[in-house]
Amino acid sequence: MRISRLATSSALTLMGLASAVSAFASNKNGPTDGDIGLQRAVTPVMDSIADFNVFLVWIMVVITLLVTVLMVVILIKFRASKNPNPSKTSHNTMLEVVWTLVPVIILMIMAVPSMKLLYYQDVIPEADLVVKVTGNTWNWEYAYPDHENVDPYISNIVDIPNDEKLGLSHAQIIAKIDARPAGEPRLDGRPYLFASDAALVVPVDTVVKVLVTSNNNIHAFAVPQFGVKIDAVPGRINETWFKVNAGEEGTYYGQCSEICGVNHSFMPIEVMVVSKAKFADWIANDGQFSTQYSQNINGAVKTAAAK
Amino acid sequence: MSDAYDDHKPKFFTRWFFSTNHKDIGTLYLIFGIISGLIGGYLSFMMRMELMEPGMQYFSSPHDFSMFASMHGLLMIFFLVMPSLIGGFGNWFVPLMIGAPDMAFPRMNNLSFWLLPVALICLIISMFVPGTASGNGFAGGWVMYPPLSTSGHPGPAFDFVIIGLLAAGFASIFGAINFITTIFNMRAPGMTIHKMPLMAWGVLVTSWLLLLSLPVLTAALIMAFTDRNAGTGFFDPAMGGDPEMFQHLFWFFGHPEVYIMILPAFGIVSHIVSTFSRKPIFGYLGMAYAMVAIGVVGFIVWAHHMYTVGMDVDLKAYFLAATLIIAVPTGIKIFSWLATMWGGSIRMTIPMMWAQAFIFLFVIGGVTGVYLANAGLDTAVHDTYFVVAHFHYVLSMGAVFGIFAGFTYWFGKMSGYLYNKWLAAAHFWSFFIGVNLVFFPQHFLGLQGMPRRYVDYPAEFAFWNKVSSIGAMVTLVGVVFFIIWLIEAFIVKRKAADNYWGEGANTLEWTLSSPPPFHQYSVLPKIK
Repeated sequence: MRISRLATSSALTLMGLASAVSAFASNKNGPTDGDIGLQRAVTPVMDSIADFNVFLVWIMVVITLLVTVLMVVILIKFRASKNPNPSKTSHNTMLEVVWTLVPVIILMIMAVPSMKLLYYQDVIPEADLVVKVTGNTWNWEYAYPDHENVDPYISNIVDIPNDEKLGLSHAQIIAKIDARPAGEPRLDGRPYLFASDAALVVPVDTVVKVLVTSNNNIHAFAVPQFGVKIDAVPGRINETWFKVNAGEEGTYYGQCSEICGVNHSFMPIEVMVVSKAKFADWIANDGQFSTQYSQNINGAVKTAAAK
Repeated sequence: MSDAYDDHKPKFFTRWFFSTNHKDIGTLYLIFGIISGLIGGYLSFMMRMELMEPGMQYFSSPHDFSMFASMHGLLMIFFLVMPSLIGGFGNWFVPLMIGAPDMAFPRMNNLSFWLLPVALICLIISMFVPGTASGNGFAGGWVMYPPLSTSGHPGPAFDFVIIGLLAAGFASIFGAINFITTIFNMRAPGMTIHKMPLMAWGVLVTSWLLLLSLPVLTAALIMAFTDRNAGTGFFDPAMGGDPEMFQHLFWFFGHPEVYIMILPAFGIVSHIVSTFSRKPIFGYLGMAYAMVAIGVVGFIVWAHHMYTVGMDVDLKAYFLAATLIIAVPTGIKIFSWLATMWGGSIRMTIPMMWAQAFIFLFVIGGVTGVYLANAGLDTAVHDTYFVVAHFHYVLSMGAVFGIFAGFTYWFGKMSGYLYNKWLAAAHFWSFFIGVNLVFFPQHFLGLQGMPRRYVDYPAEFAFWNKVSSIGAMVTLVGVVFFIIWLIEAFIVKRKAADNYWGEGANTLEWTLSSPPPFHQYSVLPKIK
């Protein structure tokens, strides 16, 4: 009795955990302190990743539970004080065949949606816009090869020098940054370590193909809410894509995801997703954006609206 | 008895520095493993303290933090886990368990060990010589990817790392040759390969993996070395080279390496589960050949560490499928351990607690491994803390729990003394709770998107980082209890009987005295 109650209660705890991991805690963008699941999906690829994640988390929880409960039951049921004479069984061909075949079947069931996800993610559809992302030590360079009038521009973190940081809390660092005169890069409420001085600007509901390369060390371009992560490797151009769901205009954040040297922690990716009309305006009015900092309208940087 | 023949005890210096005795060399390996583990543990503890709060509290330069992270990985893998499991327990117990008087090549055994302190000294020197313009030491991660490790580290630090790892690599290759020869040629009469204890099977498969994978790492490291110092361009795209070639070579070694670290632990856990259930291991042949299967498949899955480098999608699909297959033999092992205990007469001794925790934690590390094998899903968590959590569940809790299981199981056999049960239990519980607190929350951090190897993180990752760092403090308590019980056992000197675990412990080492005579089996045991 005690065993079954223990098993039930631990099962319930783990299942609660599983649904928490698979559920989205909030509608906000970026990570949330204390959350235990993926960030909110805003592209079809990330939607598929999130769905598959739920499926796999359940499989993981059920398998872990099965083994744990079985183990606890065995340890209690066959303790030496209760079972002084051990059995001599050391073979059971049927059992061995079953515990080989059942995992094979589970894995085959898992492989089907996994392959579907992989090919959906990796086969790039006809693109409406191409952006080129180049990793430098330690910032990102964004270019729009389709729009020659837009000069490539560098995106740096909004931060203070590393040697001034020792012992300062984030609040103190943020205060220092925001004390700068207008026109210099400031945070103005945007998240520290995520915010940059020049966001990548893309339109909503548009297939964007991203070409990724690097000038020196390997970096990785990652935006968790887009389901995008691809290495920036010197000497080759990698490709990936995303299409932000309609109605999901906003600013999204990612961080360099391959160790690239001293400022690996300090080269965030900020993507500003705007309406198609606003993006057309941004393209038409380019040129001034490569050098000028904006008023951070809607948490964004360098927008055409600044002029 | 005939065992007393030539049972001379060489003087201290001759015995420990020129040793050709497998048990003494095993002891040296274990002492070496403990020392490296303490240094590697210190590095990780400092990292956890830095990450306890957002901001930079202890490290004035992010370079130093990355250097600590890189050295932590290299020390724990090459200088704690491998020396302890293979060099330590392998040397001590493979000859004893298969009924051999010693290893096949005792002098090469000596060389295998003494290359390691040289290697460790090279790595420690590397921490104090210039690495990059930002600081001393090598800070490119334990994976050492160029161009960061080549043009990104102009100082001599990485050259010291390369030399150190080459020395450690040769040490392991010599050790592997020694084990393979010993196991194939020096089994006692009647000890057929299908009667051989699973620990010997684990070390045999591991040795093959070492022998076939380490030369590839050696080649990759030498190519990196000449890229740095002789003007070659193997990994430099400007000279027609390819930085991703290094990653392929590294992981062709790196993935078998994962099994190198866990297979001997599988062997140890099998003996402990069998001993304390007082039952023979369930499905012995399945267990042995599951290890062989893991070893073979382990060679053809390496690129699942590289899903985001921009590989062809069909290639990713292959590596996805191949990787999933590994779950099958691993599952066989887990179920066979449970079936061994089923119907047994189970005693929860200290080594049994470590072994049960090993099984439980290895299942968690295993299912997250299956999760990561799915290339599409890996995009979300690649190079995040989810990966850190996963591989610490199989290493920090798999391999290291295997080491502690073996250490508490055989401590009396090796030293001749029994340890204090309560101190050892305190060690187990604080360590178990500690490492789980450290690493379980890191799954959540990874799912939320926190990248690895970050010295500072956005405030949104603060909560679970704090929990993780508190876990590090609990783990430190566990380490202190370990040192206390170790010292206490040598001070109090409770004599251990020949077979202090009693019925159930029936491999050959339990037929010998504790500790065994300096030379054993001068008359070979016969196995029925």
